Amino acid sequence: MSRTLTYCQALSEGLVQAMERDESIFVTGIGVDYSSAVFGSTTEAVRKFGKERIFDAPAMENALTGIAIGAAAMGKRPLIVHLRNDFMFLAFDQMINLAAKWKYMYGPNAVPMPLVVRGIVGRGWGQGATHSQSLHGVLGHFPGLTVLAPATPADAKGMTIAALQADRPIVIIENRRLYDIKGPVDIEPNPTPLGRAFVRREGSDITIVGCSIMVQEALVAAQDLQQKGIAAEVVDIATVRPLDVDTITASIRKTGRLVVVDTDWEFCGLAAEIAALAAERCLKQLKAPVCRLGFADCPAPVSAPLEEAFYPKASSITKASLALCGESEEGMTFSAHVDTFKGPY
Amino acid sequence: MSNLLDPTEEKRLLRSMLRIRRAEEIIAHHYKTEQQMRTPTHFGIGQEAVAVGVCGALQQDDVIFSHHRCHTHYLAKGGDLAGLVAELYGRATGCSGGRGGSVHLADRKVGVVATSAILGETVPVAVGSALAFKMDGGKRVAVTFFGDAVFEEGVIYESLNYAAVNGLPVLFCCENNLYSTETPLSLRRKSGSEFIDRVRSFGVPGEVIDGNDVGVVREAVANAVARLRRGEGPAYIECLTYRWREHVGPLFDYEANRTYRTRDELEDWMRRDPLAVSKKRLMNASALGDAEYEAWLADIDAEVASAIEAAKAAPWPEVRLILEGVL
Repeated sequence: MSRTLTYCQALSEGLVQAMERDESIFVTGIGVDYSSAVFGSTTEAVRKFGKERIFDAPAMENALTGIAIGAAAMGKRPLIVHLRNDFMFLAFDQMINLAAKWKYMYGPNAVPMPLVVRGIVGRGWGQGATHSQSLHGVLGHFPGLTVLAPATPADAKGMTIAALQADRPIVIIENRRLYDIKGPVDIEPNPTPLGRAFVRREGSDITIVGCSIMVQEALVAAQDLQQKGIAAEVVDIATVRPLDVDTITASIRKTGRLVVVDTDWEFCGLAAEIAALAAERCLKQLKAPVCRLGFADCPAPVSAPLEEAFYPKASSITKASLALCGESEEGMTFSAHVDTFKGPY
Repeated sequence: MSNLLDPTEEKRLLRSMLRIRRAEEIIAHHYKTEQQMRTPTHFGIGQEAVAVGVCGALQQDDVIFSHHRCHTHYLAKGGDLAGLVAELYGRATGCSGGRGGSVHLADRKVGVVATSAILGETVPVAVGSALAFKMDGGKRVAVTFFGDAVFEEGVIYESLNYAAVNGLPVLFCCENNLYSTETPLSLRRKSGSEFIDRVRSFGVPGEVIDGNDVGVVREAVANAVARLRRGEGPAYIECLTYRWREHVGPLFDYEANRTYRTRDELEDWMRRDPLAVSKKRLMNASALGDAEYEAWLADIDAEVASAIEAAKAAPWPEVRLILEGVL
């Protein structure tokens, strides 16, 4: 049974339900126990479970990650929250050198490593170069990490629950711009299956692949493409690693055209990975070259018109799709990009 | 020289040091002559009193975390010698299944949770285990071993602060052997800027002790651990010691013509051999005779030889399983 919640409410509900069922879960990070904590996504959990289980941390991202690893090694299920995922760069030693390799390099004598890290991408009003990157592709590079990038309220809840039940290190990348998006969410604590991509909209003419906020942009683009009679299929990657290659390639083979859109730079990024998949596995079915869309190849600028030009959005997906399908833009009406975000941070 | 511990206890500690010494010497010999152990190996020969003195004051369910020079800690805490040797030979029967090598040892049964080759990496992990122990309201403690170079990493300060603020049962054990790879402490620490003063500035009490006297280490750690178990927060112990061999590998530095430290300096420290210190104390107290010591040596050498033989006969990891165990 479901009802409509925002992405942020879904995150909150998933966390509360997971904590109700498992006393070993605790949450830490800068400001997680403030009354307005983490844009409201931990407020209810603080109210319900108190500061014994949700507690603030000094600004010490690397040691805090190591501390969570140490607690996880002793049977706890720590959840670390980074209000901006860019701060996670300071924790890469612990994340990548230790957590990701833990099970493999300690072999049969390894204790389980159930570490969960939430990192929020700060796309909003002029977040600038150090508050707007999305680390899903970077983190996805390393064997041993599971990397999630939920695009819908249902997955925001379901992936939170799934991550807090798993016995391996998991990173959840959340885009701040998704927080006010609404959608149906199960009342029950149902985990989203990890490692699966989802077809969010079926179509036969072109495949648009993305994750996180770009799925929402792609759905808008797919709607607009109907004006030219183009039926676009939208595939939500959902889990960046391990990647559901079969669902993605099945869609590419079906439509013969691919636009990959990412909330990241194209170079060495997830979009390049998906494009490579198409080249390696679907070349014979491709009717047109693969198209990648990502950030402009520069650090994120702050000033409004520059920022507007920096991000890929529904209209850029629509235009790229029209070109791949050999259709002109003449007579098209382009919807605005997804914008439920009202600021100020 | 400190007073004799209970002779039975001191004999136990000396035998443990001898076992680690002989294991490492024999491993180093094979490493050098066979070229079969293909894992960068950092020998702790000369530093045995720290590992044995610290672990001798712990319970089996207490946990330790270590660094690249970790064989001493692994064996002192009860890690499996045959598992260590097989790991160095890269065999499936190694304690880490041949996936970790010399610097990634673990033995969950005896509380060796993790060791890592990145400086300071396991320091906060020990703090996190102590956090879990505090949350559970128990009496277990966590120990992190690290070298003097960790004071050049930021993570030690983050960790000391967190442990102090939260009153966690973690012992920070610095093995100060005066060198970071081949760079002496004098080039890395301003004169008069002692590590212990930095540690105390976080509100963590501690002391600097003779790390080559197992009795001194054992006693200091016992006192510190008692404090941890009473819930009085973290402690720091800095053990002054010296590694006899090169930073990584089986040779003495002079054998490799390295000049960053002198042979005279090495020989000064070898005269302070932790095994000799303990042995002399026991013999002076008539608690140990040559015959008993020689019998230990024979038993230990046989055990190490058998571990090496078993490792060489053990199967390699199956290549078809290379991708197993990532998640």
